[in-house]
Amino acid sequence: MKRFIGFVKKEFYHIFRDKRSLFILFGMPIAQIMLFGFAITNEINNVDIAILDKSQDATTEEIINKISASNYFSIQQYLKNESEIEPIFQKGKVKAVLVFENDFSKKLTTESNATVQIIADATDPNTANTISNFTSSILQKYQQEINQELKIPYRIIPETRMVYNQELKSVFMFVPGVMTIILMLVSAMMTSISVTKEKEMGTMEILLVSPLKPYLVIIGKVVPYILLSVINAVVIILMSIFIFKMPVQGSFLLLGLESILFIISSLALGILISTISETQQTAMMISLMGLMLPVILLSGFIFPVASMPMPLQVISNVIPAKWFIIIIKGIMLKGVGLAFVWKETLILLGMTVFFMALSVKKYKIRLE
Amino acid sequence: MSIEVKHISKSFKDVNALKDISFSVKEGELFGIIGPDGAGKTTLFRILTTLLIADSGSASVSNFDVVNNYKDIRKSVGYMPGKFSLYQDLTVAENLEFFATIFGTTIEENYELIKDIYVQIEPFKNRKAGDLSGGMKQKLALSCALIHKPEVLFLDEPTTGVDPVSRKEFWEMLKRLQQKGITILVSTPYMDEAALCDRIALIQDGEILEIESPEAIVLKYPKKIYDVGASEMYLLIESLKEYTHSYSVYPFGEFVHYSDKRESFDPKELQDFLESKGLKEITIAATKATIEDTFMELAK
Repeated sequence: MKRFIGFVKKEFYHIFRDKRSLFILFGMPIAQIMLFGFAITNEINNVDIAILDKSQDATTEEIINKISASNYFSIQQYLKNESEIEPIFQKGKVKAVLVFENDFSKKLTTESNATVQIIADATDPNTANTISNFTSSILQKYQQEINQELKIPYRIIPETRMVYNQELKSVFMFVPGVMTIILMLVSAMMTSISVTKEKEMGTMEILLVSPLKPYLVIIGKVVPYILLSVINAVVIILMSIFIFKMPVQGSFLLLGLESILFIISSLALGILISTISETQQTAMMISLMGLMLPVILLSGFIFPVASMPMPLQVISNVIPAKWFIIIIKGIMLKGVGLAFVWKETLILLGMTVFFMALSVKKYKIRLE
Repeated sequence: MSIEVKHISKSFKDVNALKDISFSVKEGELFGIIGPDGAGKTTLFRILTTLLIADSGSASVSNFDVVNNYKDIRKSVGYMPGKFSLYQDLTVAENLEFFATIFGTTIEENYELIKDIYVQIEPFKNRKAGDLSGGMKQKLALSCALIHKPEVLFLDEPTTGVDPVSRKEFWEMLKRLQQKGITILVSTPYMDEAALCDRIALIQDGEILEIESPEAIVLKYPKKIYDVGASEMYLLIESLKEYTHSYSVYPFGEFVHYSDKRESFDPKELQDFLESKGLKEITIAATKATIEDTFMELAK
């Protein structure tokens, strides 16, 4: 036990003396959450638009007022004719132009049909889609208001309610994903680098020619990073609660335990990487390319797994991060308990045990 | 026997690093493995310290087999690899404490053993190991290898890259450790250090050329050796090589070690020959063969 404590103490010296890695270790989570929370977002806010109102009557004025009153759009310019549309898009001044046809009010009352054209800049298809959806919904609402007095039989009004994330805040979706990536990277990359560093510096040679048992070396490498990753997880959760007002519906204890399970599985992966790489650089490349990319692309963090082609869906099953994201989304956003995520937990546990066993088995007791 | 090596062979891909090596080291002996870079010294050390497995042959250290009883060996030997292998970001004291801890001992317990060496680096005990000079690093590495009071000490080229003064001190320390009953296997490419060992094995290209005491090994040299000096070194060497009766010509410090093919060699005759080549200030004096001469002879 004394040997083990001595080893862990040495690991902490390494970590705290390497200021640059320490900065990455604790700076990265904060920077990532901030980036995903504020900068990278699917919501639209104050999107610049222009309006070409050919009829300029009471109805169009009312609609325009409603649009400008919403927080989604800010009207930059009123155009006079169609020839102005192309240049304004090219200058990149606005993301969309709304065109009201001639005699809008008259057509609406006499023919009960009037058109608004939404021209959106689809160089960014996501934003273009969102703009068109938001505009349509404003128009629909207005339509309902003016139709209230009229009796139209058999009308189906779809009433959508977004549960668990009523305001459709994208940060709610990103937090579990970012937390997963960070825990994975910190755990897997840092441990694999720290083990390969011993190989590179030649200290592994001395460690091998010592009575220190291989599993003690592995656990000794892992323990400090469990602690650091837990701190990271806590920081991320606190930031999402206090900065992004993200509610954590489920139990903190369960969230903590599941996180520790995931951390251990990533650490085991890190040790596994270190057994197949000889230099710190290889370890880092394998961690980044082999872990981060699949986690971002296949875990369901950004792209929904269900809409992937079948082969990718199958592959996504072997990524521990996929299961962890399902679990923490469930706990954080839906407030479910273990009863609902036991299956995912069990899969994650199985993977952890598998990686652990494999890395202990692959750990070399000699130099070749 | 403290170390017993029997017919060890080892090859990496297409390189035969060791070819049928056999030797044994007595308890308390200071045994030197002498040979140039790439002779297979490090491979031999790694096999004996259980880091590599030989392709064929067997070896034991303190009567433990290097393959089957590797765990026992790892408990009882001290190993100092050729490359400086301590934690550079840990201080001198922290390194020593770490190695004491993982061997299940404390600095205090075995301080007596390392005292002579450690007092020299103690003034720098709060300095990071990476910031030490070459000689200091070696002293620290030796302290760390000794902290658990090993029965056998393996030192792979401990003085490579160390200044002459520190090298001398280092060997004095080895002598003192030997008196404390520790068996020491040391490798070095420096022939002058070989003379300080009890016995040496000359090794080249994975083969042992000779195993003897340093005194006995020079007697193996088959010819009489002469120190030949002249004003122009380069011309002297060229001329000696040209000389029909020359057996060997090696520059050695300010002289050239020369030996003749014939039993009866007349220095006067050589002097005349060299003068005819235009050399001046010629001196020819009999001298003793060195380990280097012997090595060169055996390695032919």
